Amino acid sequence: MIDEVIEVVSAELPVDERLVIRKHRLAAENAGDDGKRICVVTGIHGDELEGQYVCYELARRIREHPTALKGTVDLYPAMNPIGIDSISRGIPAFDLDMNRIFPGSRDGDMNEYVASEVIRDCRGAELCVDIHASNIFLTEVPQIRINELHRDVLVPIARRANVDLVWVHGASTVLESTFAYSLNDIGVKTLVVETGVGMRITKEYGDQVTDGIFSLMQQAGIWDGPVPEVRRPVISCDQKGTDVYYLNAPASGIYVKEKEHGSLVKEGECIGSILNPLLGGEPVKITAPADGWLFTTREYPVVDAGSLMGRILKQEVYERSQYGTEHII
Amino acid sequence: MERNILYEIDSLYRDNFRVTGFRFGEGEKSICIVGSMRGNEYQQIYTCSQLVKKLKRLEEKGRIEPGKSILVIPCANPYSVNTKKRFWTIDNTDINRMFPGYDLGETTQRIAGGIFEQIKDYRFGVQFASFYMPGNFVPQVRMMKTGLENIELAGHFGLPYVVLHDPRPFDTATLNYNWQIWETDAFSIYTTSTGAIKKESAAQAVDAVLNFMSKQGIIRYRGHEGYRSRVVETKDFVNIRTERAGFFESRVQAGNKVTAGEILALVTDPYTGEVKQTIHAPINGTVAFVHNETLAYQNTAVIKLISEEDVL
Repeated sequence: MIDEVIEVVSAELPVDERLVIRKHRLAAENAGDDGKRICVVTGIHGDELEGQYVCYELARRIREHPTALKGTVDLYPAMNPIGIDSISRGIPAFDLDMNRIFPGSRDGDMNEYVASEVIRDCRGAELCVDIHASNIFLTEVPQIRINELHRDVLVPIARRANVDLVWVHGASTVLESTFAYSLNDIGVKTLVVETGVGMRITKEYGDQVTDGIFSLMQQAGIWDGPVPEVRRPVISCDQKGTDVYYLNAPASGIYVKEKEHGSLVKEGECIGSILNPLLGGEPVKITAPADGWLFTTREYPVVDAGSLMGRILKQEVYERSQYGTEHII
Repeated sequence: MERNILYEIDSLYRDNFRVTGFRFGEGEKSICIVGSMRGNEYQQIYTCSQLVKKLKRLEEKGRIEPGKSILVIPCANPYSVNTKKRFWTIDNTDINRMFPGYDLGETTQRIAGGIFEQIKDYRFGVQFASFYMPGNFVPQVRMMKTGLENIELAGHFGLPYVVLHDPRPFDTATLNYNWQIWETDAFSIYTTSTGAIKKESAAQAVDAVLNFMSKQGIIRYRGHEGYRSRVVETKDFVNIRTERAGFFESRVQAGNKVTAGEILALVTDPYTGEVKQTIHAPINGTVAFVHNETLAYQNTAVIKLISEEDVL
């Protein structure tokens, strides 16, 4: 088995340092350059760490069964390496969201150049998985998000990814500058995983996502080793944005959650409360606007008016998908 | 002059978040001017303050035309200014990527929505804008090519350049773009600087806006005649990039005329002081933009030139 670290792109920094993006390649000896390849990319946002464990675990399990590998696995743990090292979501020094500069430009500035080189490196892959971890504010059940433009190609693949939710959302011009959109645009099937919470590792979710990636590798003919049974995801084809209730804070304060993410909730049930630590008094109760599945919860306690405290998938969408009463794709 | 709170959010730990507007005249919503939306846009706030001063005097002298009203919003984001953060203090989102906003959405969507509700019906909209890269500009009116842009009107500001650019994906969530979609003739004005106050450049921008208002019959004012603007597209800018990273020493300023071969800047080794790159002008032109920070990264467009080759 080929097992090596490769420098994908580098650039000179002003004072005695280089910015380097590396990947870990694990490949069957006979995989060849034109064999099937999966890219697992993470760390575009420097504060999202869940994918670090997944990269480690993928390599560990592949090394346990080296002969089961039939193609190439490229692991990119740190797309924004300095961001991860400095606890910065964006690209440090530029205050720039790396996931808004793709596909980049070979003739562009340093960050655009780096973005374009990463896209070039992933070009031609059979499949790409881009692992995100929400942000420091919200916890997410393991899920895959798909732009409606790529729904027909990606939903059948995402079903096999061992996530709890596949959420097809409406197209937005702003999202055209994301890594996943750019790769899908050039024909590399790319799934965006959102799982867990920023600045933390949720081992249980990391194992779940890792299992899902082995399932995808098996489907793609890259892996014939052991693959745990995958779960059936809830699927929301929500192009019109009507499947999900968004719970936004009505006031500033400290949010204390009552319900964990992944809970089924009833209309009127208390999800959490906003407290005023200065004045005390009655908390502002946040209640479920309808029956449904709480798949996002607020983790960071400080909220402003408008801060997102949770998302609830409508009960009928949850059931339809869970119990298969309606054929979806 | 009337000072109003246009939008307000209660806060637990800080004084309330307020967006303050200054209204002049009465009647139809003629023109709205917005200053800073980001925490480092001091020049944009300052320019608005000078405009408020001038308009106050003009109003006292009865030189605002009857039936016309003007709104100036010096700062749409005092929280970020006061904490010296460029973007929103909690989640680092950019208000100028949230338009037209959403009153039930997240905090910066609500702020954008609250502001837009107040300013969307104006006939003309002007934003004192800044660029995402640190640097100084030749004064210009910038417009997105949405198909609704009015280039002739842009010339009424009398600034040296009218710059056109194609919208990029994220531009669709900016104030300027959404103003145009809501049928406001929208213009972004770039003065020389962002994080440092340049009084001369601010005065030029104030004069440009007052001249524009005068030509649209909103006020009676006679300032400097201004320039006959040259229309250029950003794709025609000649970008000059660093090949090496290091300390950056500029030899030119925004607005300077340069000749082909002239030394424009140096990139030096921070440890040895040796020159790593000498940046020469590839053409005869005018410096439209020049990087103004000490550190230069590799491949950075540190200077942008407008070609003067075809100008007689």
